[in-house]
Formats: sequence, C-alpha cells, structure tokens
Amino acid sequence: MTLLSIDDYRLAFDGFEGTAHVLDGITLDVARGETLGIVGETGCGKSVLARSLLRLNPAPPARVVSGTIRFEGENILAMPDAALRRLRGRRIAMVFQDPAAFLNPLLNIGTQMADVLHGQDSAGDAPRRSAREAHARSATLLASVGLPEPERLLDARPHQLSGGMRQRVLIAMALAGEPTLLVADEPTTALDVTVQAQILALIAALVAQRGLTLMLISHDLGVIAASCARVAAMYAGTVVEDAPTATLLATPRHPYTQGLLAALPDLDNPAHRPRGIPGSIPSLRNPPPGCRFHPRCAIATARCGVEKPALRALAPAHTVACHHA
Amino acid sequence: MIRYLVRRAALAVVMLFGLICMTFVIANVAPSDPAALAAGPDAGRAQIEAARREYGLDRPLHEQFLRYVGDLARGDFGRSVATGRPVGQDLARYFFATLELCLVAMTLGILLGIPLGVLSAVYRDRWVDHGTRILAVSGIALPPFWFGLLLQLGIASSLGWLPTSGRLSVFTEPAAPVTGLLLVDSLLRGNGALFGEAMSYLILPAIVLSLPCLASILRVNRSEMVEALRADHITAARAHGVARWRIVTVHALKNAMLPTLAIIGLRWGWMMSSTVLVETVFDWPGIGLYAVSSAISGDFKPVMGVTLIVGLNFMIANLVVDLLYGALDPRIREA
Ligand SMILES: Nc1ncnc2c1ncn2[C@@H]1O[C@H](COP(=O)(O)OP(=O)(O)O)[C@@H](O)[C@H]1O
Ligand code: SF4
Ligand SMILES: [Mg+2]
Repeated sequence: MTLLSIDDYRLAFDGFEGTAHVLDGITLDVARGETLGIVGETGCGKSVLARSLLRLNPAPPARVVSGTIRFEGENILAMPDAALRRLRGRRIAMVFQDPAAFLNPLLNIGTQMADVLHGQDSAGDAPRRSAREAHARSATLLASVGLPEPERLLDARPHQLSGGMRQRVLIAMALAGEPTLLVADEPTTALDVTVQAQILALIAALVAQRGLTLMLISHDLGVIAASCARVAAMYAGTVVEDAPTATLLATPRHPYTQGLLAALPDLDNPAHRPRGIPGSIPSLRNPPPGCRFHPRCAIATARCGVEKPALRALAPAHTVACHHA
Repeated sequence: MIRYLVRRAALAVVMLFGLICMTFVIANVAPSDPAALAAGPDAGRAQIEAARREYGLDRPLHEQFLRYVGDLARGDFGRSVATGRPVGQDLARYFFATLELCLVAMTLGILLGIPLGVLSAVYRDRWVDHGTRILAVSGIALPPFWFGLLLQLGIASSLGWLPTSGRLSVFTEPAAPVTGLLLVDSLLRGNGALFGEAMSYLILPAIVLSLPCLASILRVNRSEMVEALRADHITAARAHGVARWRIVTVHALKNAMLPTLAIIGLRWGWMMSSTVLVETVFDWPGIGLYAVSSAISGDFKPVMGVTLIVGLNFMIANLVVDLLYGALDPRIREA
C-alpha cells in the first residue's frame, strides 16, 4: 500500500541572481514498510526533497512550482498549519546529517526532548504531560537507542557527547512521536567510520522492531546498499532510476547510475580503479535543456539535448528516465 | 568556571590600573594649574607656591602618582573647589541620580528592544520590521540634545504634561535616602505621590537616554535572531514538532541573547558616560552635570572622580557580561 506518493514535484529557490530550479519533476512512491534509499551526488537536491516532506524549506526563497506530495492520501503541500503540526514528528520524522549542528548547543538534552514531547502533545490536542512524565519518557527513548545512563544524559549539553551519541539522541528525538515514516538525511556522513556502521545498524534495528518505513538519503551507494531494499538515484533534481537494490547494483540501466557504480571501489578486485563521472553537476539556475545529464553523458544523442526523458518502466519494479537505456 | 572567573577578574584589575594611570596623566597634561586654582583667583605667586607644596604638587611625578593611588584607596578623591566639599561626598550624591536615570533608561531599552527585535526577525520584511527599522534609524540618528529639547517643547512646555527640569520639584522634600534611588525609596516608604512625582521628572530624560540604546539593542537582537532562526537545530526542532513560540522565545532567542548581552553591556557603559548631554538639557543633578560644571570652572578633581566612576562602571558592566556569557554558554565556561 502506498504510504508516500510524490508526483511531478518541482521546487525552485528564488534568489537575487535568478531562480534555481532545484527539484525538477520528482516522481516517487514509497510503500508502507519499505526501505528506500536515495542516492546522488552532493547538491542534487536530496536534502531539499527530504525537507519538502515536512515543508521545512524556507519560503521564500523556496517556491513550489508544481506537483503534489501525498502522505496517506493527504497532500502535504496543501496542509493547513494544524495538520502540518500533527505531521511533524508524529507521522513523518527526520534524522539529520550533522548531529552537532542539529542539536541546540545552549539547551541540555532533557530540555530539548521535553520540548519535542510537549510540542507534539499540543499539536495533537493531548493534555500536556507533566515535567516528570516527559523526563521519564525521554529517558526511555534514550535507552531505546542504546544510550547508557539516560538519566545523566538528560542533564548534559550536546558538546559533552561524542558524535555518535549525539546522533543517537537525534534518533531518539525522531522516535518520540512514534512516526510511520523515518527520513534519515545522510545520518552517518559527519561521523567517524567506526561509528557509521553502528548508527546504520541501529537504524536497521529500529526499522525492524517498530515496522518503520525508511527513506535513507546518502551520496554513498555503499551505505544505501547495506540498508535498503530499493534505491532511487537522483541527478540534478530528478529521479533517473528506481529499482530494487540488487537489480540496480547488478544491472544499472541509466548512464548516471552506471557511473555511480563504476565510482565504487571494488573490494573483490583491487586492481579495478574506481572511476568518477567526468564533469560536474550542472548549474541549477541555468540547467541544461532536455536531459539534465546530457553534457556528461557518453551516449547522448541530439534528442537528449531537447527532450526531457520521462520515467518509464523497464521491468515491473525497475524504472529509468533515459531515452537510450 | 572558577578559572574563568579568576581570569576575567584579573583582567578587570589590570584595566582598573590602566584607568587610574589615565586619569592621572590627563590631570597632569591638562592646561590648568591645580595649585593656582586651589590658591584662589587673587593669590600671589608665593601663595600659589605654598599651595603647590601643600598639595605635594612640587614632588616628582611618581611620588605624586603613589599618593594619588593611596588617596583613592582610602576613598579620597580630593576636594572640589566649586562646592568646597570632598569630591567623594559629591559623587555619592550625584551618582545615584545618574544611576537611577540610567537604570530606567536601560530597562526601557531592554524591555522594548528585545521583543521588538524578536518580532522584527520573525516577521522579517513585513510592516513590523519596517516600523522598527524607522525607530532604530531615528534612535541612532537623532542627536539626544535635539530630541530632548523637542520633547521638552512638545510634551512638557506646550502640553504642560510633564516637568522639564530637575529631579523633583524644589518644594518637595525627598524621602530620606535608603538606596539613593528616589523611585525605590519612595516605594519603600509607601509614598505613592512621591513616586509619581519622581517618575514624572524622570521619564523624559530616560526616554531620550534610552532611544539610542533601544535602537542598537533592537538592531543587534534582530539580526542575531534572523541568524539564529536559520540555524540547523531550529530546522530540527521544527521537524520534531516543537511548538513555534517555544522555538522563537527559547531555542532561537537564547542563542541570539549572547551577542545581545554584549551590546547591552557596552551600551550600559556608554550610557553612563553619555548622560552629560541629557543631564544638561534636563538639568538632572547627576554626575554628568557635575562633571560639566566642574570642567567649565577648570576644577579637575571632580572631573577625575567622574571619569573614574564612569570607567569603573564600564569595567563592571564588562565583567558582568562576561559572567553572564559564561552562565548562558557552557562551552565558554569550560573552555
Ligand atoms: N534555502 C535555500 N535557498 C537557496 N538554495 C537552496 C536552499 N536550500 C538548498 N538550496 C540549493 O538546492 C540545491 C540542492 O541542495 P541539497 O538538497 O542540500 O543537496 P544535497 O543533495 O547535497 O542534499 C543546492 O544547489 C542548494 O544550493
Ligand atoms: S537521456 Fe540521453 S543524455 Fe540522458 S542519460 Fe539517457 S542517453 Fe544520456
Ligand atoms: Mg544533503
């Protein structure tokens, strides 16, 4: 059953130097209980897409150009404020990239968690829970993400914790409202390599225990391959390929996805040198016409510079946006 | 925290020493001859020399300096020629008038500046923001003496609503001082009428004094709030469903308060040194007026005394801001 359905979603940022057409017709469905990874180079609009699910992009400058984002049938883009407040944290929750920046440096963990709980109480018209209840619930949440001595942690400030602990705290906050969908935007990118694996394992465990639907965003296909059953590859604001992880790894069809795979180091064959995709992502203020990938594509034809390829199905669960795939 | 405290206090001691040196140097390079002044206008050469010896002004400079510091340590600021009283006594009297004026002006500046700054940031580029921008620009651009005169003419003289000069009517007997602050003392004695009268004299000069301070608190708070509201942790708080008022007034404001506090401290220091103009316009019997009237007659001990007080106040304000910084931001405390 479809939980989240994004249809032809376009988002632009208006600025002094012109309008940046950051998301260019995103179409993506996520089923309940699914684990979907979104992969793409830095700057391709992954975070902007994730924030769109909770309407967190500041508007202005952000401007919705077209499309709908439906969650359990309701269009998030048209939600009234009260419904939006019930959405945030309670139906869709988010974990962010750099836990140091995404926690308030001046408030202790307990206050930040209590604020989350109280905010959700008032959004849901529930009676405001007492300070003691909030404290107890916060401690339970911290324990559930594997943090030792949660009572003591509640009195700590973010800078007293390690990066991994801070990310666990942020995950605990995301779980506070018992959301259906968990969006994790590069949750391991800012962490030490050893901690990355632990956080990914924690997310996988929580998804399994709580039956969460997961949207995991990363520029690193390796991270996604380890945690998600399905992958959507994004290039310059569009979804270019969408397939089960195994299929995408074995038979990538879009030239960009093929490039991403070639850029991965091959552990079985050390002689294989990873190759990056030549060129860099295009300006979003002045994007190339037709297929946004065509200036970097080895098999581009004249048609690619004129006509934007639509997503089309190659197999039942495998879609690609390319004229020549 | 202890180390932080000790470091800030040590810095304050060094600054105090610098300040004392400065007032001493200023007094010694000033063009007037303190001995001639002390001996009186009709004194002959011999009398002036006698006065010079009496005040130790014939001693080498370093000896004079040591004596100056020793006197200060005993609370002896010298004697004012004009009032004939020890400067210390005069200061004690006039200081509280200035302090009261500054306290009310600063309270106005903070109570209006911070909420208006917050509102302007939250409703950026809307009418509230444009309105406060006009207020802030006029607060910085209007010369205080001009604004003061304008208020005197308009509200006080033409409308006759408020008195234009002094601290109380000459016919009113002030309550025996407890704190030296009329507003506080009148309340302590349960004298509402006296409180009202004191407030009617105080409010106009306080408004004039507070306007530039209000303007800079407002602008700094606004821009810091705009910055604070852009922080990643604010995005996270919104994503988690923290209530909007809570995000603005706690999560963002607390971060914006650090720089705002710094400007409040700085402004407090400036305010006390800039009461001169306002006190002159409104004939407010504070240390500013005292310094001006002494300076006009070339009477340097009071000027040195006022300079020291004003400088000391600057330092205390800095110290308090540093401590508040430490209290608000644990990262500073532990650094
Ligand atoms: N608030 C904003 N204002 C203007 N441009 C923005 C804003 N947020 C993101 N962008 C632009 O959107 C593009 C995509 O950014 P982002 O989604 O962060 O990429 P990533 O895929 O690395 O997460 C970038 O070019 C960025 O400059
Ligand atoms: S549509 Fe053309 S340019 Fe775009 S990826 Fe396919 S072949 Fe390359
Ligand atoms: Mg990103």
